[in-house]
Amino acid sequence: MSIPLGPGPASDLLPAARAEAEALGVAETPTQQLWRAFRKDRLAMLGLYVLVALVVVALVGQLLTGFWVVLDPATVRLPDKLLPPLSPAGSSLAKDLLPPFGTYPFGTDELGRNVFARMLQGSFVSLSVGFVAVSISLGIGVTIGGLAGFYGQRKLGPISVDSLLMRFTDVVLCFPTFFLILTVVALLPPSIYNIMIVIGISSWMSTARFVRAEFLALREQDFVTAAKALGLPEWRIIFRHMIPNAMAPVLVSATINVAHAILTESALSFLGFGVRPPYATWGNILADGRSYIFDAPWLFLIPGAAILVVVLAFNLVGEGLRDAMNPKLRRRAG
Amino acid sequence: MVSESAALLSIRDLHVEFETDAGSVPVVRGIDLEIGAGETVALVGESGCGKSVTAMSVMRLTEGRAAAGSIRFQGRDLLSLPDPEMRRIRGGQIGMIFQEPMTSLNPVLTIGRQIDEVLVLHQQLSPRAARAEALELLQRVGIPAPERRILQYPHELSGGMKQRVMLAMAIACRPRLLIADEPTTALDVTIQAQIMELLRELKQEFGMAVLLITHDLGVVAHFAERVLVMYAGKIVEQGSVRDIFKRASHPYTQALLAALPDPLKPGKRLEAIPGRVPSPAMLPAGCAFCPRCAHAFEPCPGQQPPLFEVGDGHRAACFLRAGSSTTGQK
Repeated sequence: MSIPLGPGPASDLLPAARAEAEALGVAETPTQQLWRAFRKDRLAMLGLYVLVALVVVALVGQLLTGFWVVLDPATVRLPDKLLPPLSPAGSSLAKDLLPPFGTYPFGTDELGRNVFARMLQGSFVSLSVGFVAVSISLGIGVTIGGLAGFYGQRKLGPISVDSLLMRFTDVVLCFPTFFLILTVVALLPPSIYNIMIVIGISSWMSTARFVRAEFLALREQDFVTAAKALGLPEWRIIFRHMIPNAMAPVLVSATINVAHAILTESALSFLGFGVRPPYATWGNILADGRSYIFDAPWLFLIPGAAILVVVLAFNLVGEGLRDAMNPKLRRRAG
Repeated sequence: MVSESAALLSIRDLHVEFETDAGSVPVVRGIDLEIGAGETVALVGESGCGKSVTAMSVMRLTEGRAAAGSIRFQGRDLLSLPDPEMRRIRGGQIGMIFQEPMTSLNPVLTIGRQIDEVLVLHQQLSPRAARAEALELLQRVGIPAPERRILQYPHELSGGMKQRVMLAMAIACRPRLLIADEPTTALDVTIQAQIMELLRELKQEFGMAVLLITHDLGVVAHFAERVLVMYAGKIVEQGSVRDIFKRASHPYTQALLAALPDPLKPGKRLEAIPGRVPSPAMLPAGCAFCPRCAHAFEPCPGQQPPLFEVGDGHRAACFLRAGSSTTGQK
C-alpha cells in the first residue's frame, strides 16, 4: 500500500492519507504479534499454563519449606514411614512433628519424610537449575556465536576468527556431555551452584551455532549497512540492532534447553552426583524411591511424573514459540 | 567544473578491488569525481558498473579494497582516517540513503528510537530533546501524524514512508553531503516523484551537496546539475545535464539515451544495447564498451581511450572524439 502524499509539512496533506494514518494509529509491537500467534496454539498455551503454575508452586514452595517453615522436608517421622498419598498422620506423633492438616498429600518416604514438602523443595531446585544453567549457556553461546558471526572474517594469524571459534565449538560438541558433567561434578564438591555452572558451560554450543548463523545473515541486511552508514559504533549495532533480531531461534532453543537442563539435573541427582542428599530434588526423591518400587510406587511415580510434565511443558512452549516466530507461518503486514 | 580547492568531495583515481577465489577483481578502475558544496552530481550506469561501490567507498562500507587513489572530503583523506573519526563523518557530515527502504530500517525498533539514536550519538542530545527533534524531522520529510508514526514499527509504514524516514535519519545531523544510492528504484512511480521533490527541497533548505547514484536518466534530467556516466568501473563521459542530454558524445551514453522511452513517440520500439556489461573479472584490453559498440574502429579493442575534452567541462572517453585535446587522465 502506498499513500499518495504531497511533500512538505503535514498541514497540506490529503484527507484520505490522514484518515489512513489515523486508522493505523493503534500500533502492534512485534511482541504483541508474537503473542497473538502464540495464543492460537492450544498445546503451547497449555504448556505455558503449566509452567506459570509451576513457577508459582516453586516460589511458594520455597517460602513454605525454606523461609517460613510450615512444611519441613527434612523432618523424619519413622513411625509414619512409607505411607501412601493422602493418608492421615499417625496418632503416635509428637505435636510439633505433625504435617499441616494432619495429612501427607503425596505420602511419606522410607524415613517418614513428607514427600509433598520434598517435592516442593525439589521444584524450586529444578526450575532454578534450569533457568540459571540456560542463562549461563545463553551468555556463552550468544557471545561466541555473535563474535564468530560478526568478526568472522577477521584474521588472527593464519586462521579466521570464525574458524577458530566454530572449531572450538565443534570440539566441545564432541565431548560426551553427560560424562563430562559426571566427571566434573565428581571432582567438585556436590553443590547446586556447581551443577548449574557445569550444565551451563556444557550446553551453549547449539546456541552459538544459531546465533552465528543469524549474525551471518543479519550482517548482510540493509538495515545493518544503514546503521553503519549512520555512524553507529559496532557494539551498538551488535547489541541494539543485531542481537534483538537474532533472538527468535535462540529463545526457542533456550526454552527447550531448560527442559534438557532439568532432565540433566534430575539424572545427576538420581545417580547421586547432584545436590547433597538431605536437600530434596526430584532426581534424588526418584533415586530414593527406586528401592521401594513395589512397596511404595508413589515414591518414584510422583517425581517421575513431575519431571515428565515439566519437560513436556517446556518443549510444548518451545515448539509453540518456534511456530509463532516462523515468518512463513505468520501473517506479515506489508 | 569545480576547482579542486572548493570541492567538498574529491575522488582521485580511485581503484577498488574485490578479493575472490579467482584473484582480485577490479570493480572501480580509476575514477575522478568532484562535488562542490551544494552541488548535485549524478552517477549513472547500468547495474554492476561499479557506481554503488564507488558510493560505498566514500563511506568506507564496501567489502572491496581501495587499491589506489584518494577520497578527500573537506580536505581530509577518508581512506586513511581512523575508524572513530570515520564514524563521526558517517551520518554526521555525510548522510546516505539506500535503494531498499523496505529493509533499511531495523524491524524490531520503532522508527522514533532509530531516529533518536542518531541524534543522541552525533549531536549529544538528551533523549527528550532527541525525541522532539525527531518529531520535527518527521514533520519536515512530510510524514503525517508524526507523533503517532514515531511510535510505530517499520512494517506499519509504506515504502515511500520508509524512504522518508530514511531521509529524516540521513539529514538529522545536517550533513554537507547526501549520498542517495538509487533512492527511488524500489518505489512506485508516483512516490518516486514525491521523494525526488522532497530531496530537492531538503537540498535547497540545508545547502547539501547530493551524490545521486541511479540508472534512471529521467531522474537525472530533472534533478542533477552534472552527470558522470560510468561503464565497467570507469567514467566514460561527464558533463552538465545539458551536455549529456543534448550532445552525448560517447556511444554508450547515446545508446542509454536511445533506450529511454520517448513520450512523444508512443509505440516506437526502444533501442536495446546489444550484449551486456562485461564481468569485471574478464574485461577487454581496450575500451570496455568496444564489444557492444556500433562505432568501434581500429584503436578500440587494443587501447583504453583517455577522456577527451569535448566542450567546456564536457569529456568523453572515446577515440571518436580524439580530435579534441586530451586531459590529464592516463
